[in-house]
Amino acid sequence: MHRNTARPLSPHLTIWRWGPHMAVSIINRVTGVGLSVVGAALFVWWLVAAASGAEAYETFAGVATGWLGVLVGVGLTWALVFHTFGGIRHYVLDIGAGYELRTNRRWSWIVIGASVVVTAAIWLYILGGR
Amino acid sequence: MGHGTGIGRVRGLGSAKGGASHWAMERMVSLATLPLFVWFLVSLLRLPDLSYTTVVNWLGSSLNAVLMVLLVVTTFVHLKQGMQVVLDDYVHDEGTRVLTNVALVFLSVAGGAAATFAVLQIAFRGTAN
Repeated sequence: MHRNTARPLSPHLTIWRWGPHMAVSIINRVTGVGLSVVGAALFVWWLVAAASGAEAYETFAGVATGWLGVLVGVGLTWALVFHTFGGIRHYVLDIGAGYELRTNRRWSWIVIGASVVVTAAIWLYILGGR
Repeated sequence: MGHGTGIGRVRGLGSAKGGASHWAMERMVSLATLPLFVWFLVSLLRLPDLSYTTVVNWLGSSLNAVLMVLLVVTTFVHLKQGMQVVLDDYVHDEGTRVLTNVALVFLSVAGGAAATFAVLQIAFRGTAN
């Protein structure tokens, strides 16, 4: 059976015109990959350190509370919050709703804005002494 | 083109060569991660601190340990499913695509096993004191 092997497959970054909707979609992937690699590694380190004992936990805590640790922590928090809101947006799109151009554009901006606001709120709470 | 039924002509053409059930499972698993992550973040923020003793005592509770194991399992399954889609889409050489997918399964299972064992180890050991 004949198949057109030149069919366009992902990535479509060179085909789509950039807009908030496609940006939110691709950032959802990028944050997912970041969480899968950096987030999962640190998550496993944290749990294994806690299971290994106080000394191993202190090593982790020392890195996590340093300036680099806090920077990575803020980045991972934003990635997790964005991926969550972006994921909820995809659920709405998956049931076939929200494809009207204006609606799609508005909710994409809301995902971007909400991810920044919620991340800021979480870290102000942490750094503000809980 | 032009032979067979409509479904027969399009079947297997996507980058994953199939995937309706994967698509549905991916959504079901991520639905489970959502409340678990809300619980996880709120719990961490509500702890007085994140010191060794506090965290170990927190995971010493059966409820927290069970929820934590559920979080670990759903998260690593979601990680595997999501990264698989990324690899299928962006790794265009077929041999590399298969090999990276195998590495992904091995790594995600290993990570999930290590994290699950750590939670159980803490929970079964009891409190830090």
